[in-house]
Amino acid sequence: MIGTMISKNKKYNFKKAKIISLIILFTFFLLILLFIHPFGRPRAVKMDDYFIKNAQLQTGSNNVVSSIVFDYRGLDTLGESTVLFTAVMGISLILMKKKYEQDS
Amino acid sequence: MSKIVKIVSLITLNPIIIFGLYIISHGHLTPGGGFQGGVIVASIAILILVVFENDINLSKNLFSLFESLGLIFFIILAFLGILKNTFFYNFLANNFWFLGKTIHFGINQGFLNSGGVIPLMNLAVGIEVASALSLIAVLIMSKKKYD
Repeated sequence: MIGTMISKNKKYNFKKAKIISLIILFTFFLLILLFIHPFGRPRAVKMDDYFIKNAQLQTGSNNVVSSIVFDYRGLDTLGESTVLFTAVMGISLILMKKKYEQDS
Repeated sequence: MSKIVKIVSLITLNPIIIFGLYIISHGHLTPGGGFQGGVIVASIAILILVVFENDINLSKNLFSLFESLGLIFFIILAFLGILKNTFFYNFLANNFWFLGKTIHFGINQGFLNSGGVIPLMNLAVGIEVASALSLIAVLIMSKKKYD
């Protein structure tokens, strides 16, 4: 909206700005491509190795992901289910039949 | 909906229920778990609501009751870990009787009777997610009916 207002009053030429912004963007992308961390080689592997080594023996479940989600990081799952509960509460608050509107 | 759709949906209903319960109950052995299986079970409610629009009347109170019960069961299981060590402690793991078969490091041996408290938590989360998503569908369809 502001752009159209400016272009109506004075005829600016955005060609130079577009080219400069594109050049800056692509240089940043190139830098990111050059200095990106390689995939599959995390810097800190202590915790991952601990989970892979001990998850099956400690929790007794063969699915290591499940043992992390429900046992080691159970609090996160509790928060997730609470988020779902709250979302359903909000949806039911919006979609419920309003009794007080029918009376009046 | 027409008679063909009703009969085909009745045929496909049972495999969907069994698949959802399988995903929930094998959450500690195979990929999947409470959330995913709950969503599959909730798709049954959506199928019933879409196909049998006017013939059936699903109650909201039952679904909200089961949703609350699932969450309460999950929190109780989390708090029972305090008796042994800490919050969210797996107090049933490796106890040799109920869900406590010891497994060794390596490939999946496939014992359903293992995992300690994880299968019960999967069940609780599955009940909660299934009834929550069914409740959303029931509410939307009831709104559409009354308008």
